[in-house]
Amino acid sequence: MTNNTKTVREPLLHIVKRDNITLGKKIAIYAIAIVASLLLGAIICSLVSTRGDVIKFFSSLFEGCFGTTRLFWLFLQEFAILLAVSMALIVSFKMKFWNLGGNGQILMGGLAAIACSYYLGGKVDDTLLIVIEVFASILAGAIWAVIPAICKALWNTNESLFTLMLNYIAAGLVNLFIAIWVKGGSGILNPLANGKLPELGNKYLLIILFGILITTIITIYLKYSKHGYELSVVGDSQNTAKYIGINVKKVIIRTLILSGAICGLVGLLLTSGTSNSISADTAANRGFTAIMTTWLANCNPLFAIATCGLVVFVTKGMQKVRPNFGMLDDTISNLVIGIVYFFIIACAFFIQYKIVFNPQVTAKLNKIKAFFANIFKKKKPLNENEKEGE
Amino acid sequence: MLAVLVSAIRFMPFFLFGCTGEIITEKSGHLNLGIPGIICAGGAGGSLGVTLYMKALNGATPNYVLLILIAVVSAFIVASLMGAIYAFLTVSLKCNQNITGLALTTFSTGLTQFIMKNFVEIGLISTASTLFKYSLPFASSLGWFGEIFLSHGILVYLAIAIAIVTAVILKNTKVGLRLRAVGENPAAADAVGIKVDQYKYTAILLGSGIAGLAGCFFILDYIQGGYDSYYIMESLGWLSIALVIFTLWKPNLAIFGSILFGALYILPNTNIVAAITAQTAIKKAIELIPYVVTILVLLGISITGSKKAQPPASLGVNYFREER
Amino acid sequence: MNNSVALELKNITKTFGKVVANNNVNLTLKKGEILSILGENGSGKTTLMNMISGIYYPDEGQIFIDGKEVVISSPEDAFKYKIGMIHQHFKLVDVFTAAENIVLGINEKFNLKKVNSRVEEIASKYGFEIDAKKYIYNMAVSEKQTVEIIKVLYRGADILILDEPTAVLTPQETKKLFDVLRKMREDGKSIIIITHKLNEVMEISDRVAILRKGEYVDTVETSNTNEKQLTEMMVGKKIDLKIERTETDFDKPLLELRNLNIKGDDGSKKIEDVSFYIRGGEILGVAGIAGCGQKELCEAIAGLRKIESGAICHKGESIVGLPAKQIIEKGISMSFIPEDRLGMGLAPNFSITDNMMLKTYNNNKGIFVDRKTARKNAEELIKKLEIVTPSTETPVRRLSGGNVQKVLVGREIESSPNVIVTAYPVRGLDINSSYAIYNILNDQKANGTGILFIGEDLDVMLALCDKIMVLCHGKNMGIVHAKKTNKEELGLMMTGSLDLSEIKNKEYGKAKDSNLTEEEWQQEHLKNENMGDNDND
Repeated sequence: MTNNTKTVREPLLHIVKRDNITLGKKIAIYAIAIVASLLLGAIICSLVSTRGDVIKFFSSLFEGCFGTTRLFWLFLQEFAILLAVSMALIVSFKMKFWNLGGNGQILMGGLAAIACSYYLGGKVDDTLLIVIEVFASILAGAIWAVIPAICKALWNTNESLFTLMLNYIAAGLVNLFIAIWVKGGSGILNPLANGKLPELGNKYLLIILFGILITTIITIYLKYSKHGYELSVVGDSQNTAKYIGINVKKVIIRTLILSGAICGLVGLLLTSGTSNSISADTAANRGFTAIMTTWLANCNPLFAIATCGLVVFVTKGMQKVRPNFGMLDDTISNLVIGIVYFFIIACAFFIQYKIVFNPQVTAKLNKIKAFFANIFKKKKPLNENEKEGE
Repeated sequence: MLAVLVSAIRFMPFFLFGCTGEIITEKSGHLNLGIPGIICAGGAGGSLGVTLYMKALNGATPNYVLLILIAVVSAFIVASLMGAIYAFLTVSLKCNQNITGLALTTFSTGLTQFIMKNFVEIGLISTASTLFKYSLPFASSLGWFGEIFLSHGILVYLAIAIAIVTAVILKNTKVGLRLRAVGENPAAADAVGIKVDQYKYTAILLGSGIAGLAGCFFILDYIQGGYDSYYIMESLGWLSIALVIFTLWKPNLAIFGSILFGALYILPNTNIVAAITAQTAIKKAIELIPYVVTILVLLGISITGSKKAQPPASLGVNYFREER
Repeated sequence: MNNSVALELKNITKTFGKVVANNNVNLTLKKGEILSILGENGSGKTTLMNMISGIYYPDEGQIFIDGKEVVISSPEDAFKYKIGMIHQHFKLVDVFTAAENIVLGINEKFNLKKVNSRVEEIASKYGFEIDAKKYIYNMAVSEKQTVEIIKVLYRGADILILDEPTAVLTPQETKKLFDVLRKMREDGKSIIIITHKLNEVMEISDRVAILRKGEYVDTVETSNTNEKQLTEMMVGKKIDLKIERTETDFDKPLLELRNLNIKGDDGSKKIEDVSFYIRGGEILGVAGIAGCGQKELCEAIAGLRKIESGAICHKGESIVGLPAKQIIEKGISMSFIPEDRLGMGLAPNFSITDNMMLKTYNNNKGIFVDRKTARKNAEELIKKLEIVTPSTETPVRRLSGGNVQKVLVGREIESSPNVIVTAYPVRGLDINSSYAIYNILNDQKANGTGILFIGEDLDVMLALCDKIMVLCHGKNMGIVHAKKTNKEELGLMMTGSLDLSEIKNKEYGKAKDSNLTEEEWQQEHLKNENMGDNDND
């Protein structure tokens, strides 16, 4: 059938699972991916625009985040908000409950707060109003998260699509209430007079402190508390959870109340804490962005600080890249962030698997390596080869 | 009532393209949450193709067949390219499907806006899109029959044709059998020599391309241009994914599901609603209905726990042959 | 001379990460012979076969077919060289029919009539029974295996590889399969059969190749060897094959189950009118083919599954309807090792420490968990059971199968239970680890614990258990003394051909010295039936 004089054809490469990977290698893979993705973004931007180059791209990124005191405060504020939303999602993702409804829960929290201001503003004392707002936003966010949780617990309803739909319903409800409140159909709600949250020092600090507080609480909650332990068991093996007598339904519902409540509070901060108004775009897709940061952080609160930091860095930085590169609209930001996501997602592959080349290719690669090793032959080039051969 | 049905059918291709595309993808065992983004990208691709064609014509009258062909093919190609990113990450690099899909949606909507704002000329699109609405001239003379079945643009019929062909291929052919085997049990398919990765790539690229036609339809046929339609397309794109569950992974059922969802979508803007109320608030409330109905469908399926309503067994799980 | 060799492997090496699954393995398969590959779990038998069938790709080494070197980089290549593998975990699409599965992937027109007649032709040639139109999910295990075998024969395979084909079969079904294999040999096919059961090796094969820890040991003629020699080659050192049966004085019945009816997830009856009891200091074995209700029985005892009717009493107190937590507190421990080993009782991504506190995390006061004590317990367990692990903080998913099971069984015993329900505790373990688990169970038995042992290997059960209950389609076929029965009798009971409970009387499986009187039992039954009516969760 086959010609037996031919040399044997082997596949060029094949993939094998890694047993374990050192932390150093892991970090190196991520670092390479992040730099490579930004470089790709830089190249695209430089090609599209005549006014910038790769170096300017990176300097603009830093300028956008740390260029002025105000920009730096804004960076921190955005960082804190995203971190808080990520914490809300971490508790639910850790339980393998795919809460994709952060946007909706934020909007409902905000809507509840603004509704309190609208209907009660001027009728009750402003301090009391704020207290009511806080409770209302927590309640609204929690309800928006607990509805799919109850359905999941009782009937195993697909929660990812459920929560996604609730996002659009929440946005629709915001539009609906604005239509009721604003006569004339402009669809824009002017800032309300009452019920605005007080400022701490400056207008950013309250949100930043909130982000730090939530991150601390959730980190401790997950790592040391019994509740955190229970939800981790549910996430890791539901059979085991049932077997040791954990009430899985209760844990799902309890955890999603927590998740929704945090999102609700974020909604409060984004409305009453800033402009004291609301629109369907108030969440600015943070619920969605947090899905990415949470997943990329592998549901670890401390890693989430890194992923949120990176995403906010790119987002805020891109806001400076645009004017510097003479681009009018913000569309390029999503493009670059999308590229960054893809690269970090792809890291999972290189951490879990490794590529093994066939002997011929390996021999060639080793030759190349040896060649470079000779050039830099100060420190034990042989060791290098051994490591790779392992 | 007739008017509602006709308008529903007029909008149906959006859901049907998206739903059929996602069904093909899911049959290979891949849940592509990037479909809303891919739909947008398809819209941008179609618009780009049409803009280039119209520019090349330089004012001359466009050829109907050529115009449609260019729009459909360019939408299909751009959407398939988006699908290729997803396929590379999930099939070759075995990355998490959900998260890759969501990232793709972010990327694609960015790309869509970028293309629409920088390379597409809305004026040209509007001129061209009158051709998309072109329907048989004698349709209106045939009463209700003509209105329901014959009065639509070409994409309505293309969507139905694709859905029916897909249904037949999945059910009755060797290729369909193999694709279903890949989605149900890739290890079994692999063990009998089916090239699993090749089938997955093909299904994802084909499915994405078909879904991209939804965007092409939306921009070129339905709203006839418009920069900021990506938000609407994205939100409706999720409904297409929900529709897959609703129609039990059957493209032929998806035709009727799409008409139903089309009716729900156009309801706020129909005469029926206008006759009852002129208040924007109530219109806004009616706009929520498709999403609420989707949730009710999800609930219904989960509560009855129907055995028939089961997704392909390996949906969402990537395949690695040397898994131990 | 090469004409008589069908397949030859030279210096095959395959590694998974740091684990060397096969190291320099050589193997020859002659035409028209049955070759057994013998080795313990983890000795690399399946990995080696997967390389012949194109699932894995070897790191080093050569494969020769009919004397020519070949590259098999995909299952397609394997088919090209007429190699067919019947995997241990069947590679069948559940929602397809037998015929659809058989023709899947073949380049010919899908013509059901033609397929059916060819399938029948193959079946009658070798003596199979098959219904080509039946869906896989409606099939019993042995039927699925038949489909798998016909699938490779349909493709014209000349070399057949069977991976542990008898693991899921009853002794009678095994005999049938062996008859088929012999017919194939007469037909000129070369067959490799992977197994770790010595008696089967002696019965079916012409030659035996032995692997140990990934290394090739030797190939011997079956007629020139014996079980003892094979064991030594397989395990490497002389070991005593006898499982000890600790003799104890039996106490009063600890756990009594009467007229139990349990439904499965799909609503079908999984346990039907089963009664039995376990005394302290007794090991009661449960034998039966896969899916005969073992899992549902375990779950019902542990409080994870509702019973339809009947009664379960622990030391004379009903435990029906109690939450799982309270049943654990009463000292009833249940450990179920599913096929993936990690499904129930352990959280795979948790560290050993975190797994140690699964059942006790709620015992201390306050809102925080006490990880310190758990870590201390983990350290002690690692020392006591010689668990091989880098640290107490290693996720159990990373441990080898034997060590995972030691963690699970060890933790269960740590809570000093008085009843242990354990299903497949030695699943997938090598001989030494298995003996470690048997010893743990025997120690517990000596302490007066009642043990329900659900097993797969009848030889082990005959040696370890005091009594054996046989289930068939959820019915109790009889409870026999391990010393007074044999494999053939158990096999007949497993398939339902022999029903001892019918021969005896109505009170079968009910203790004469029960903790409850007949009247009290009646009340329990009544109570549980009422409960079933009211509560429909």
